[in-house]
Order: sequence, then structure tokens, then C-alpha cells
Amino acid sequence: MATVKEFRNSVRPNWCPGCGDFAVQAAMQRALGNLDLEPQNVAIISGIGCSGRISGYLNAYGFHGVHGRSLPVAQGVKLANHDLTVLAAGGDGDGFGIGLGHFMHAARRNMDITYIVMDNSIYGLTKGQHSPTSAFGFKAKTTPAGNIENAISPLQIALAAGISFLAQGFSHDVNQLTQIIQAGIEHRGFSLINVFSPCVTYNKVNTYEWYKEHVVNLEQFPDYDPTNRNMAMLKVAETDGLCTGLIYKDTVKKPLDALIEGYKEMPIVHQDIHIDRDFFEKTMEEFN
Amino acid sequence: MLHELSWKVGGQQGEGIDSTGKTFSTSLNRMGYYIYSYRHFSSRIKGGHTNDNVRVTTSPKAASADYLDILVAFDQETIDLNGMELRDGGVVIADAKFNPKLSDKITANVKLVVMPFTKIAEEHGAVIMKNMVALGATARLVGLDVNFCTPVLQSRFGRKSQKIVDQNLEAIQAGFDAMDGEAIDFAAFKLVPPIPDKHLFMIGNDAIAFGALAAGARIMPAYPITPASDVMEYLIKKLPKVGGVVVQTEDEIAALNMTIGAAYAGARTLTATSGPGLSLMMEALGLAGMTETPVVIIDTQRGGPSTGLPTKHEQSDMYAVLFGNHGEIGKIVLTPSSAEECFYASVDAFNYAEKYQCPVILMTDLALSLASQSVAPFDYDKVTIDRGLLATQEQLDQVPAGQMFKRYERTEDGISPRVFPGQLGGIHHVTGVEHSEIGRPDEGPNNHVLMMNKRLNKFDGIELPNSVSYTGDKNPDVLLIGVGSSIGPIDEAVDRLRNQGIKVGHAQVKVLSPFPLKTMTSYVNSAKQTIVIESNGTGQLFHLMQFFGLNHPEMKSYLKYDGTPFLAKEIEAHVKGSMIAWQR
Ligand SMILES: Cc1ncc(C[n+]2csc(CCOP(=O)(O)OP(=O)(O)O)c2C)c(N)n1
Ligand code: SF4
Repeated sequence: MATVKEFRNSVRPNWCPGCGDFAVQAAMQRALGNLDLEPQNVAIISGIGCSGRISGYLNAYGFHGVHGRSLPVAQGVKLANHDLTVLAAGGDGDGFGIGLGHFMHAARRNMDITYIVMDNSIYGLTKGQHSPTSAFGFKAKTTPAGNIENAISPLQIALAAGISFLAQGFSHDVNQLTQIIQAGIEHRGFSLINVFSPCVTYNKVNTYEWYKEHVVNLEQFPDYDPTNRNMAMLKVAETDGLCTGLIYKDTVKKPLDALIEGYKEMPIVHQDIHIDRDFFEKTMEEFN
Repeated sequence: MLHELSWKVGGQQGEGIDSTGKTFSTSLNRMGYYIYSYRHFSSRIKGGHTNDNVRVTTSPKAASADYLDILVAFDQETIDLNGMELRDGGVVIADAKFNPKLSDKITANVKLVVMPFTKIAEEHGAVIMKNMVALGATARLVGLDVNFCTPVLQSRFGRKSQKIVDQNLEAIQAGFDAMDGEAIDFAAFKLVPPIPDKHLFMIGNDAIAFGALAAGARIMPAYPITPASDVMEYLIKKLPKVGGVVVQTEDEIAALNMTIGAAYAGARTLTATSGPGLSLMMEALGLAGMTETPVVIIDTQRGGPSTGLPTKHEQSDMYAVLFGNHGEIGKIVLTPSSAEECFYASVDAFNYAEKYQCPVILMTDLALSLASQSVAPFDYDKVTIDRGLLATQEQLDQVPAGQMFKRYERTEDGISPRVFPGQLGGIHHVTGVEHSEIGRPDEGPNNHVLMMNKRLNKFDGIELPNSVSYTGDKNPDVLLIGVGSSIGPIDEAVDRLRNQGIKVGHAQVKVLSPFPLKTMTSYVNSAKQTIVIESNGTGQLFHLMQFFGLNHPEMKSYLKYDGTPFLAKEIEAHVKGSMIAWQR
């Protein structure tokens, strides 16, 4: 039986002390351990940013690609081997700035991938520029007079793109975070786990304290039905995108691999790739 | 009797010009003739001039003819735009519907046959069959049996409706009969009978796609672009049959990154694109190089820059392919020159990618991608699959517990064993950041130098097999050098020049990287003069040769960049002109 420990490695993260990403790392390790997965059957594909380093901080197969492109790489991995548990991870700049297009398309394509975004409303690795989730008026290196662009709402975008599983967590609450990551992995389809993961070095506004004051835990609402898309839309709007917990889960939609014509049960990587002479000759005959 | 025939059909896009040409060319290919068929089209779906030029020969040719024998016209524009290509004694067969006139630009002695294509077609059931009327008239003119295209029509429409086949055949017969009364010297157009032989008939893109299928490629993420889309469209039909999949991605950035993901996970994977898409892929190309992930990228060059001439021929991505990515990576660039070579190069591409664990770019040009040509049947036994160096489970079992697998182990030849996610004992990290042997980020100066050497040295001093093909005279007075689809017109020009007593050789470059410096140097040094022939405005191949260290005082560049491929007569004239210039 796999445990949390097996997903730990000896690498010391180079995150600043107190960075929200530590909690995400811990929650991922716990979720994977709780699910009794074997490290060699897990692939973590990440983007670029402080958060993107996470693929190197867990004991599993890890791929750290280029900025904003973790989702295309993750989808490629999943296509080749759907037996793997594929996680994608990165920052808000990575996922909702440079990679927003891929995010929308991954959501509508609905491959069985769990996407974890460490949202700190700032660009950490490049030292403090504003991000697509920075609020209007937010002051950062690139917005000295206050942000004059509007923040995007990842949750609303996800719902609009037809995402089949949506949850939001907060680095302060590792238990809830573990639970929703676990549920996201268990969900057969594309899931986004957006995590408020404070940057203690560059974001002096959206701090742990700030989030604690503003975040609304959906568990407070016993009537909240996460399978109701309209309700999810409303709740996201009502809470200004600051709700945590399971926001939406589609129970009907099939994941992409269940819909691909000719796609076999056995992962592509395990299939014999030689074609037989007869098939070759017949295929060639079509060019006559 | 004609030993070769150059026939063209033209009209508005959407009028069925393409299918007319295809019915004609496929039928003749089946009879045993050799076909080279080049389609002119523009970036419009309906409307706008289009034409299909079919060259019929009794020995293989890989270029359009210098002149037209017959032009079939469905509108006046076709005559105005193409009439000048007719030879003396050529014929225009035109639809009576538009009151055709020979334009004053036609200086040759040309005969105009006006035939009521549309009217006859209507009488037989549908205007669209005017194409069949034209095929019937052509058959009568060149002495083909009136039933010459029955097998092709039967396989195309037979399953759907025998009635359609019969109607088409009647229309052909009507065109055939209508031609009968024309005052033409039929004997002068009679095509020599074919030597029955089996050829395949396909475009370069089909050959690449089929090659990928045979090589075991099972995943293709790609974004549509002319002239690459056919590769994807073919594989969408075929991959599901072998358990594979094509994903139409949101853009080329996603396409190559997805290709990288799938290749990293162990599948043979390719993507295909053209100029603008290639530019978008450059960051990911660097990632593939840095992570030593074996991906295959098809680049079908078209006219640039920007969206330049999307439906026209050019060979101007060479610099981009070789130098477009940031940083320095080792890569293999294959440049086959015929549809047949495209097939085998496609198979090679996957083997090289996995053997050298690097990106392989298979580069074609629009003429090679889209021109249909007769091809000898492919040899199943020549398709071998070499997956390169993979770690065995025994090796993995020896990785001490708690340690990572050395995916980037520094070996003598720079090639380290691969593992795929899912393998027990193979856990390691992959990153585009400079890394240690286990894939951990390591930016130390020593490590960077060692790892750069590991990645780049794989190609040190290597010349891949068949990197250059050579025909013509040894120690020639003039050596012609080309790349890609120009092999056809250059070869023909060489034949003609040699027949005139000029000593000419022809070296066609089939691999751009690793550049076959040794072979090319020996060819260039064996010649008195060299002309590098290519379809671009700056002489990319010419300069690349110098860049790679090939210097020869008598090396000149011959460029064409009007969007059309070279014709043999142009090369012939250019060589003669240069020889005079050189003599002075
Ligand atoms: C194509 C490209 N553009 C820019 C960069 C520089 N860059 C690296 S990380 C980053 C932003 C990271 O922000 P975010 O994704 O929010 O992650 P964080 O560091 O805050 O965790 C940028 C712009 C890059 N690596 N690649
Ligand atoms: S800069 Fe911010 S995001 Fe980056 S490690 Fe430090 S605290 Fe975390």
C-alpha cells in the first residue's frame, strides 16, 4: 500500500519560507497516498514559475516544460498512456495568462487530467509583476499606479468552457485541499483545483490574513448542490470567486478517451506498433 | 505519336476541376503511364481560378512539362491565364457556353475547339458532368479507349449509385463522339500505349502519413494549415483502425507540446505544419531538444514570409528549421525529394528520433507535398522499427531504492537509456531547465558544458545514410545542387544538357542536418563550377553550404521565388547562360 511518504523525495524546494506552495505539495502527496497510487504510475506535468517547480518536489514521474504549456504536454502523456494518473500544475500566470487558451481547450476537451493551479495573483518567479488574477487597482512592479486592467475569473472561465470538475482550495486549509485534490483525481474527466496559495514575498495584499477574511467555504451551505451548473455559476458570482470546496461536478459527461473512435483499452504505449503485411498491402492498394 | 502528354484543365474553384484532373490522372496511372500532376489553387474555396496540370509519360518524371499540349477550359480566364503555355500545334478545348476566344498573348499556333460541354452535360442529367464530357473529348483526341476511366469511376461512385456511374459514362461517350467530327490531325495527338505496370499514385503528404502509420506512429496532435493538413486528414482516417488517435489542437504551440508529452510517455508521435505554425513551435522545439524527447515534425514549406503565399511553392524555411529555436540543440532535418522518398524518410524520421533522442524535422515543399505522382509500390520489408536505447527492467531494478534513474546519464556517444512513466524503478525528472543526470535543475557552469556536449556531440561527424543523391557526369563542368522537389526539373535539365554534350552532374541534398559536409565537399570539389538551385529569394541552401564550411570560388546561386516550381527549360537555359558568363 502506497503512503504519503512514498510521494516524498529528498529535494528541498527552493520556495521562500511560508510560500503557499508548500501546502499544495503536502496536499498532493497526501491525496496521492490516500488514493493508494504507486509513484511510478503518476506523472506530474508542470509549467514555469515558482509553482511550476512542483513536479520536481514529489516522488513520481515529473515533467517541467515551458511556460504556460503544461496542459498540452499533460494531454499528450495521457493520450499515450491512459493508465497513468496525470496531474498538471503551475501558477496563475502560467495557467491563466500565457496558458489560458490551452486551459479553455483542455477543459472542453475533457481528458482525465487533474489541473492544480497555485493562484497567488502575482508573478513570483519573475519577481513581482501583476498577474491576470490581480485585482483592479492592484499595485505591482508593472502596475506602479495600480492595475487598470480587470482581473479574470478562472472559475467563471472554467464553467464557461464546460469544465467537468471544479474546486477551489486555500493553502491554509490543507485538509480541504487534500480532499478536493483527491476528488479531482478520482473524477473521470478534466478537473481544475484552483488554490489560493499566497506569495509571501511579492504579494502584500492577498496574504493569508486577507484570504482568511474573504474566503467563503461552501461547506457552510448545506443546500449547495455541486452538480447544478447554474447554482455553481451563481455561487461563484455571489462570492466574487472566493468560495472554496467542491464547486461543480458533472456526473454525465464522458471523458475524452471514452469517446475516441478506435481507442483501445490497452494504452497506446503498450500496444504492438508493427502493422501486418496484409493491412499494409491493403492500405497501399488505396493509392491505386 | 506522343511519348508524353501535357494536359491541363482549368476553371473556377468549386467547379470540380480537381476531380476532373484526378479522374484523368488516376485512370492513366492505373493503365501504367507515369503521372506527375500539379494543381494550381488559391486561398479561396469557391471562385477564383484553379487548374490541374497532368503530365503523362512512359518513364517516371517528377516535374511539370515545359509546354502544354492540350488545355481544357471551362472559362475564358483559363485560356487567358494558361494559353501561353501551349506549344505550337497545341489545342484548346473550351466550353461553348462562354464564347471562348484565344487571347492575343498566345503566340503559338494553337487550335481552338469549341464544344458545348455544359449543354451536352445537361442533356445527360447534370451540369456538373461537363467535366466528363471534357474527358471524353480528351480521350478521343489522344486515342484512348472511351472506357479508360470506367474502373476509377466505378470505384469512386459505384458503391453509392450505379446510376451515377452510368450517367458519367454516357457523358464521356457524348464528349468522345462530339470530338469525332473536329478537323484535327488526331494522329499527331495519339499517345503511345502504356507499358502496363503497377504504380501507386499519391501526393507527398500521403506518403509521409502512410510512412508514419507504417513506422508505428500512433498519436498526431496538429493544427490545420496548407499544405500540411492532408497528413492529418489521412491519419484521422487511419489511426483509429490501429488504436491510435489524431487530436486537432487549439494551435501549433499545443500541437508540439502535446507531441512532446506523448513521445515522453513512450508513443511514436508526430505533428505537421507549415511556416507560420513552425514559427509558433520554436519554443517547444527547444524543449524537445533540451529534454531529448524524440518527436517528429513535418514542415511542408509554402510561400512566406508571414502568411505570404499560402498555396504557392517555396523553399524558404531552411534557416528557420535549422536556426529558428532559441539556444542550441541538436536536431535531424530530412529533405526527401519525391513521394517515394517521403514514405521512407517518414519511417526513418521515427527511427532517428528514437535512436538519437532528438527532434527530427521532415521538411518538404509545397510542390512535393501536394503534387501527385506515380510511385513504385512500397516495400513492406524495408519498413523496420528501431526504438533506440531503452532501459531494461533489470537495469531499473539495480537503481538503489530512494534514488532516481539517470535518464540523462553521460555516456560516450551522448545517448542515455530512456524509460517511460509507468515503469517501476525509472522515476526521474525531466525539465527544460539545464539539469543533472537524474533531471534535477543544475545551472552550474561545469554541468552546463558537460550536458551541452552530451546533447550536441551525438551528431559529431555523423553523416546519415543517403544524405545526398548524385546523378550525371563525374567531374562535371557544371554541378547542379538542389533540395526537395526540384529533383525532377533538375534531372530533366541535366539529361538535356548532357545530350548536348555538356558535362553536368546533379547532387540533391536529402539531409540538411547533420549536414553531409564530406560528401558535398567531394562533389563540389570534383566540379569546375557549381550552381545551387532553390526556390527562395536569398539563397538559403547556398549560404548554408558556406556556413557549414563548404567554400568554392565558382559556386553560384540560381533562385526562383514567384510561387511556382522550376521548369526544366528554365534550368537548362540558366545553365547555358551561366556557362557563357563563366567563359568570359
Ligand atoms: C515564454 C516565456 N515568457 C516569459 C517567461 C518568464 N516567466 C517565468 S515564470 C513567469 C511567471 C510566473 O508566474 P506564475 O505562473 O503566476 O507563477 P509563480 O511564480 O507566481 O508561482 C514568467 C513570466 C518564460 N519563462 N517563458
Ligand atoms: S516568490 Fe512568492 S511564489 Fe515564489 S517561492 Fe517565494 S513566496 Fe512562493
